[in-house]
Amino acid sequence: MDPEILVENVLNAITAGITIGCIYGLMCIGLGLIFGIMRIVNFAQGELLMLGMFTSFYLVSEGRILSFLGPYWGPFIGAMCAAPAIFVAGAALHRFLVSRVSGLRTVGSLDEGHFGQLVVTLGISLILQNGGQILFGSTPVAVRTPLSSQAFQVGPVYGSATVFLNKAKLVAFVVAVLAAIGLYLVLEYTRLGKALRAAADNPTAATYMGIDVDRAYRIAFGLGSGITAVAGGLMATYISFGPFVGFDYVIIMYSGVVLGGMGSIFGAFWGGVTVGFVQQFSALVLPPQLQNAAIFVVFLMIVLLRPQGLFGRSAERA
Amino acid sequence: MRQGAGPSLRRNFTVLGAVCVVYLLATLLVTNSYYQLIMTLVPVWALFGVSWNILSGYGGQLSFGHASFFGIGAYTVTLAMVRWALTPWLGIPLGMLLGGLAAVLIGIPTFRLRGHYFALSMLAYPLAILYVMQYLGFQEVSMPMYREHALRYMEFSEPRVYTLIGVLLLIGGVVVSVIIEKSRFGLALLAIRQNELAAEAAGINARRWKMLSLIVSGMLGALVGGFYARVLLVVTPESVFGMLVSAQAVVVTLFGGVASVWGPVIGAAILVPLAETLQAELGTYLPGIQGVVYGIAIIAIMLLSPDGLFWTIRDRLLRHEAAHGVSEVTAVAPDVKLASDGWALAPAPLLPSARRSGPLLQVQGLSRSFGGLRAVAEVSFEVAEGEILGIIGPNGAGKTTLFNVLNGVLSADEGSARLDGRSMLGRKTYEVCRMGVGRTFQVVRSFPRLPVLDNVIVGAYGAGMSDRDAVARATQALREVGLHGRAGVPAGQLTNKQLRLMELARALAGNPRLLLLDETLAGLGREECDEVLAVLAHLRGQGMTICIIEHTMHAMMRLADRFVVLDHGRVLATGFPRTVVEDAAVIEAYLGKKWLTRREA
Repeated sequence: MDPEILVENVLNAITAGITIGCIYGLMCIGLGLIFGIMRIVNFAQGELLMLGMFTSFYLVSEGRILSFLGPYWGPFIGAMCAAPAIFVAGAALHRFLVSRVSGLRTVGSLDEGHFGQLVVTLGISLILQNGGQILFGSTPVAVRTPLSSQAFQVGPVYGSATVFLNKAKLVAFVVAVLAAIGLYLVLEYTRLGKALRAAADNPTAATYMGIDVDRAYRIAFGLGSGITAVAGGLMATYISFGPFVGFDYVIIMYSGVVLGGMGSIFGAFWGGVTVGFVQQFSALVLPPQLQNAAIFVVFLMIVLLRPQGLFGRSAERA
Repeated sequence: MRQGAGPSLRRNFTVLGAVCVVYLLATLLVTNSYYQLIMTLVPVWALFGVSWNILSGYGGQLSFGHASFFGIGAYTVTLAMVRWALTPWLGIPLGMLLGGLAAVLIGIPTFRLRGHYFALSMLAYPLAILYVMQYLGFQEVSMPMYREHALRYMEFSEPRVYTLIGVLLLIGGVVVSVIIEKSRFGLALLAIRQNELAAEAAGINARRWKMLSLIVSGMLGALVGGFYARVLLVVTPESVFGMLVSAQAVVVTLFGGVASVWGPVIGAAILVPLAETLQAELGTYLPGIQGVVYGIAIIAIMLLSPDGLFWTIRDRLLRHEAAHGVSEVTAVAPDVKLASDGWALAPAPLLPSARRSGPLLQVQGLSRSFGGLRAVAEVSFEVAEGEILGIIGPNGAGKTTLFNVLNGVLSADEGSARLDGRSMLGRKTYEVCRMGVGRTFQVVRSFPRLPVLDNVIVGAYGAGMSDRDAVARATQALREVGLHGRAGVPAGQLTNKQLRLMELARALAGNPRLLLLDETLAGLGREECDEVLAVLAHLRGQGMTICIIEHTMHAMMRLADRFVVLDHGRVLATGFPRTVVEDAAVIEAYLGKKWLTRREA
């Protein structure tokens, strides 16, 4: 290959890896709260992402309630508006369905209730996917912003090799990083955050300390849902999507969370970034159809070789 | 076949035959071709459920990626026909072969994982294959038609013939499933599902049984997939490797009844017609209605009757029967007779005459660390044949860790442990058990849904006994601990004391030479304690060698011949009970320095 083209491809893969990776990172934080910290196996996380995309789509598309914001600000504000909406949806899902197969109810039971969680969230996932098909139709849609077809041009840096920074992805990247930092601060320094972490870490002990564990779980589940939905709203600005889009991302999310080490919000973010990098670099050598297959292979390798994550340490007691 | 399986087999097969005949007669009444297709799909998805049930229902290895096998079967049959004009009559067996091979390739790495990691990884396989299939250009492959050789190519203009074939395949699958359920294979899977560590400690090679169940399950899955492709005449990656395919298996089985032969059949018979009819009637307005129905069905079943319709109905009927005074206990426990007649495998020679001079268990310099913590540090001791050794020490002294290292749950960092001169270290838990080491746990690890007798039979199977011997030995072991009256009761209904005794019987059923008992008396009242002690004393009378961890000192003083005292992972003292309890270091470890000085003063 021409060295200039190679350099250009590698540089662009790096920048795309960083921007998309951080958006994946935000998405993974959502699952990290639910799976990594609360140990609830949520199969429907991809569908929450999908709901985030459609929430944003229905808020800011032409003729909708937020369309006055225009195509520059609208899509990103729409993405952030997905957070409260899907927070409520997630909290409700937890209140009526997930809480019955998780939390205090299943502590110490056979397989800690994972069987029930997998099945119930699989059911939720089927309903949301197929119900989404009924409500939204199966034709792919996109949140239109002129930014997605504009790019900052850096360079040429080496011969004619130039780095292109897609503006939509760049803005989405900034929003994602800010949201991740915000969430981190909330969890680390507020009373609510401490209660959530305590409840997740040891629900029984937290109950004795006077924490309303059910409520804490509900909020954490809602937060996890909302965060992933924001990531979905951001992604909606540069991809087209349909009701079944969640499926392509659920494995990415689990890869990120497992890679980052269970139980670590920070880890989940870096896990997501890593997966984004792998995906972008696989695009250099693999045909497009196999890129998704590459993610699955990476996922399998992670759980088989390092189930404790890159940053975690295994601690299993017989 | 396990003892007592005969009548229930006959009953199962009679019901199966009757249902199939009625079903086939019903197909004669259906003339609409779409409904005829549904009639074929019911046995198809039922059989796929049966296949999933073997791995995930009995074995508890939850798989969300069963579409791997389904798709492999479907694509094998289709591509073999397109490329080599191979008839499905041969293509389906070829697909099953590849399905079994795929099971091995998938199982080898994936069985290293447990629980939700296993489930998630299984999900990844069909999706990865799906993308590869798209990449290879097998977007949509249709089967060629061979009108002149219809029969040879399994090509029938009469759709009812497909229904007939489907029903016959289902019968085959159900027979396989029944055989598994009634054999040691099924019992091993159920035991693994309920408590893998306990199964291993009872001598069950969990890895091997799980792999076998995956292979059988994968072959059945490929069989259904191949037949499905033949019925629909066209395959796409989404329609055979897709998520909805895997979900079908999960949904029909959970709905009908997990870990029951009939579950998938019941589930498919209700859900498939329901969903397909809705799809046909409303599909144009509500395109995803089938998935929504499935989603609602599994959520509802999980919340209302987590084990599925079959079990809920059965439990209700049983409770009804119980209310009318039908006792299952007498029916199941064959009692004395079986135990006395025809012992192929006599209980291991435990009598004092068999004692040899050297120690039975020899532990030397055994160490095990967790990170910086040395949980077991250079521990050495010996146990003579027929001796009862009490292992005592404060909490966190490393007693349970010592047992875990001895029976292969944990690996040792250094040192050696020999049973009768053979090294115990570096072996898997089930291998240590087969060397003759029985084990009970600090927190009882039972198989709560299995009857007491089956719980104990697991131990006998673990030692490699034949069905007949296993039942006889298990019955005798129950008799030895005084639980024979409860043989038919599910273990989940026992009291703490009975559970302790049952666990002891399970360890005994494997004819061990050495018993490792971990706090067998924990949580028992004084009188219960005495009962268990009487059983242990009886075992000692038979010459059994026992290492027992215990906190109840008054009990230990009566029972143990010698003590080993552990503290912070090290051996603090060894000797006769009287000497040990007078030992200053031991008193200090237990009660602190202050107490010691006061006593000396």
